[in-house]
Amino acid sequence: MTNPVQAGAAGSGAHLEYVLRLGDNALILGQRLAEWCGHGPILEEDIALANIALDLIGQARLLLAHAAKLEGGIRDEDSLAYLRDAREFRNFTMLELPSGGVSSAGAMNPDYAITIARNFLFSAYQCALWTRLADSTDAQLAAIAAKSLKEARYHFTHAADWIVRFGDGTEESHRRAQQALDALWPYANEWFAEDRIEAAASMQGIGVTGASLRDAWLAAVAPVLAGSTLARPRDSSFVSTGRAGLHSEHLEYLLAEMQSLHRAHPGAVW
Amino acid sequence: MTQTEMMQKEWPLFEVFIRSKQGLDHKHAGSLHATDAKMAIRMARDVYTRRQEGISIWVVPSSAITASDPADKAEMFDPMADKIYRHPTFYELPDEVGHM
Repeated sequence: MTNPVQAGAAGSGAHLEYVLRLGDNALILGQRLAEWCGHGPILEEDIALANIALDLIGQARLLLAHAAKLEGGIRDEDSLAYLRDAREFRNFTMLELPSGGVSSAGAMNPDYAITIARNFLFSAYQCALWTRLADSTDAQLAAIAAKSLKEARYHFTHAADWIVRFGDGTEESHRRAQQALDALWPYANEWFAEDRIEAAASMQGIGVTGASLRDAWLAAVAPVLAGSTLARPRDSSFVSTGRAGLHSEHLEYLLAEMQSLHRAHPGAVW
Repeated sequence: MTQTEMMQKEWPLFEVFIRSKQGLDHKHAGSLHATDAKMAIRMARDVYTRRQEGISIWVVPSSAITASDPADKAEMFDPMADKIYRHPTFYELPDEVGHM
């Protein structure tokens, strides 16, 4: 079996690796958001979050199925999602952090400010990304991008609306939203840092570099922050390494929960 | 906490109306809690149009609706029961008129 990580540098390897990252991003954040199911702050938000989670899991299915095809059909979307270990996952570190916050021990202590701040930052990134990928030379990826863009736009509207309400709300909501933004902001650096897989995918017209998305991302994020009275966190040089497979300790716990059923009952279906 | 305080803590109720397709009327779909109309639209989208039920949403604060009193049902609606001449089917049309 070809390990996509080792094949990463070469042409088709970069293509596969690039799509795998997109799929893992959607899958892992989808799983994090799904943890809220039945625990949302109010019924209507519970449903809204489940909808967003399902949008992301739907994107993950399309992307992982596409990645499996690029890999040559050795594995399928399910084995990619359920049978890889943490080191083989290519998602950004921010997306695996517990909904309770960066230093929280697990999923059982969720914080809506963290959840919304992360959705806010990431959906803005996804809007910029999908807009560009709609013109990818990979026709399947372009089609997935066009579909996902509509979903990402709604995710952004949803999160941005809450960011303004939190920032402009009570003293506590302002403080917690600012805390969440400050904690998450450094993890966005990974999205825009130079990277050879992105460079190769961009050369082939398949993908784009994260660095080329930063202006569009900031143009979406900054006005909402300004309107919310929340301060834009200071930039730092910290760069997380999730997309290279080097994750925080939180991903293992997430995978243990997400994969346990499939590993205990291989091939289980509804 | 007094009952008024509890009621103030709860978000106001909105009635949701959905238009299922172009040319049809908005129909009452249900209600939900939201802090304001903008949020109510967003939530209505998530709660009531998840299965492609609509292409347009209206929300109205439930408090803005004035309803008839069910206790008045007899005087409000019963007198209409025997006015069959108000239904078009009551009249026989001459054949020459054709379809109306």
